[in-house]
Amino acid sequence: MISIRNVTYDIAGKPVLCDVSLDLPRHGVTALIGPNGAGKSTLLSLVARLMPLQSGGIDIDGQDITTCDTGALARVLSILPQIQDAAPRLTVSDLVAFGRYPHSRGRLTAEDHRIVDNSLDAFRLSDMRNRALETLSGGQRQNALLAMIFAQGTDYLLLDEPLNNLDIAAARGLMTQLRTLADEQQRSIVIVLHDINYALAYADHLVVMTEGRVAATGSPKEVISQDLINRIYRTDAAVIAIGDRRLVDVGP
Amino acid sequence: MRLGLLLGGGLFVLGLLSLFVGVIPLQPVDLLRDPAAWELLRDSRVPRTLAVVITGGALAVCGALLQSMVRNRFVEPMTTGTGQGAALGILFATWAAPEAGLLTKMAVASTTALLASVGFLLIIQRLPPTQPLLIPLVGLIYGGVLGAGVTFIAYQGDLIQYIDVWMNGEFSGVLRGRYELLWVAAFVAVLTYMAADQFAILGLGRTASINLGLNYEQVMIVGLLAISVVTALVVVTVGAIPFLGLVVPNIVARYAGDNLRRTLPLIASGGAALVLASDVIGRLLRHPFEIPVGTVMGILGAVIFLWLLYRPRSHAL
Ligand SMILES: Nc1ncnc2c1ncn2[C@@H]1O[C@H](COP(=O)(O)OP(=O)(O)OP(=O)(O)O)[C@@H](O)[C@H]1O
Ligand SMILES: [Mg+2]
Repeated sequence: MISIRNVTYDIAGKPVLCDVSLDLPRHGVTALIGPNGAGKSTLLSLVARLMPLQSGGIDIDGQDITTCDTGALARVLSILPQIQDAAPRLTVSDLVAFGRYPHSRGRLTAEDHRIVDNSLDAFRLSDMRNRALETLSGGQRQNALLAMIFAQGTDYLLLDEPLNNLDIAAARGLMTQLRTLADEQQRSIVIVLHDINYALAYADHLVVMTEGRVAATGSPKEVISQDLINRIYRTDAAVIAIGDRRLVDVGP
Repeated sequence: MRLGLLLGGGLFVLGLLSLFVGVIPLQPVDLLRDPAAWELLRDSRVPRTLAVVITGGALAVCGALLQSMVRNRFVEPMTTGTGQGAALGILFATWAAPEAGLLTKMAVASTTALLASVGFLLIIQRLPPTQPLLIPLVGLIYGGVLGAGVTFIAYQGDLIQYIDVWMNGEFSGVLRGRYELLWVAAFVAVLTYMAADQFAILGLGRTASINLGLNYEQVMIVGLLAISVVTALVVVTVGAIPFLGLVVPNIVARYAGDNLRRTLPLIASGGAALVLASDVIGRLLRHPFEIPVGTVMGILGAVIFLWLLYRPRSHAL
């Protein structure tokens, strides 16, 4: 379990997170949604120790992230950031192999190579394994980064808007893979989504953030309502029920 | 792989040439009949060749490391303050304690080189990430300012004649007993190869580095230390050779990418080969006079670089 206690975070004197306390459950897919600027990326960055905490604390399975060894943490938790740095001239398979660095420190074993190959396969990158990253399309590059995170094989995966740039097949494929990881390997996935329909269809658990606070948590079907969308997003997209499914209708 | 064989072969041929080219004529057959030939080889030609190879290899490696650390292809230690910092240190040591031993002076030069590199990193952190070309520009200005400081202090201390020795690399003075410190530079460069993966990961950026469990600050410090020590050793023993650390890693990256575990050996042999070729050409062009290696390399490097720049590039690495 990732437990976030009383985390407040200011950027340039402006509060970005206000006293956030939140438990992200072990096992399953947790979707994190909320308007642009709500503080979702900031929260994930703090959990992934990309920025130092200003106040409050974060534990992962009872381990305080500020005192825990960063190399050991990289075997437990991985993050796909929302904004990627420009990649150096690496091949796709080089990049994915770096995902094994926390485990092998650069001396890849046969097992590591097998994991890298599986990961390339899972993201349909096997044919492009020797291509330079800079020659890939936006979506292919996103897939390569995801494959690296998959190869890292951590119990916790924090994915900040991983569906960016992905076509519908790739997006559904990724969500299905995340479900498999959660159901068959008991992994815990926290995923920032903007398309609420994906959250409704694939997530076990939903966290809604707005203006630096947690506005609601619970199972997606219970949390998502017409009222919540009006209130949080200030827009009047309709929530329609089809059998026991919910869909957000984005039409005017 | 082919590039590796090419560089290795080229290096071997150039190394042989370097042994038999110089002011005093020396032919391979002389070695069979003339003991003085062996002495010439031992005291001058072999040390010179080794000094050239170590300098070229180590400086090229440092360029690649710095480029990976600041994630910018257009920087190298000799032009972005580290080289000038080293000169400042050795100058200060020569001026403040002329009788101090070489090791003390080396330590001072390494320290000032390190401080200058840290200064460079701190300055470029303030630059907007959307303007990557600002980094080398600011680096050049920063190096220029430090270089002006070197000249000023030298002028004050009546040490102007030394500046040329430190700032313009030259191998004609290399003799047995006068270049051995460079082995430390070779050792440091080889040590960095052990951390090749770490430096390659730095090139992915800070976020990706932390995600992979790299102790980002620690690897940066180790990298800066290595670069500073190598630069200081080279400046003190043979003098600065600018742009080597820029040209060679860029050429290798175009062919073999940025996976440093694979490319660092290529970069090291490429750097050694380029300086060796420049040094041999410099000895031959106006025989028996010598043209400084930096001058030849500037022209040779620019020609190779332009040629590579305008060749069509391949899809894969
Ligand atoms: N470097 C910065 N300087 C100033 N403000 C910042 C900075 N980084 C983030 N912020 C502000 O912090 C707030 C939260 O940003 P954050 O990136 O966490 O939002 P988000 O919920 O991930 O939004 P999005 O859905 O658009 O990705 C925003 O209002 C943003 O403007
Ligand atoms: Mg965000």
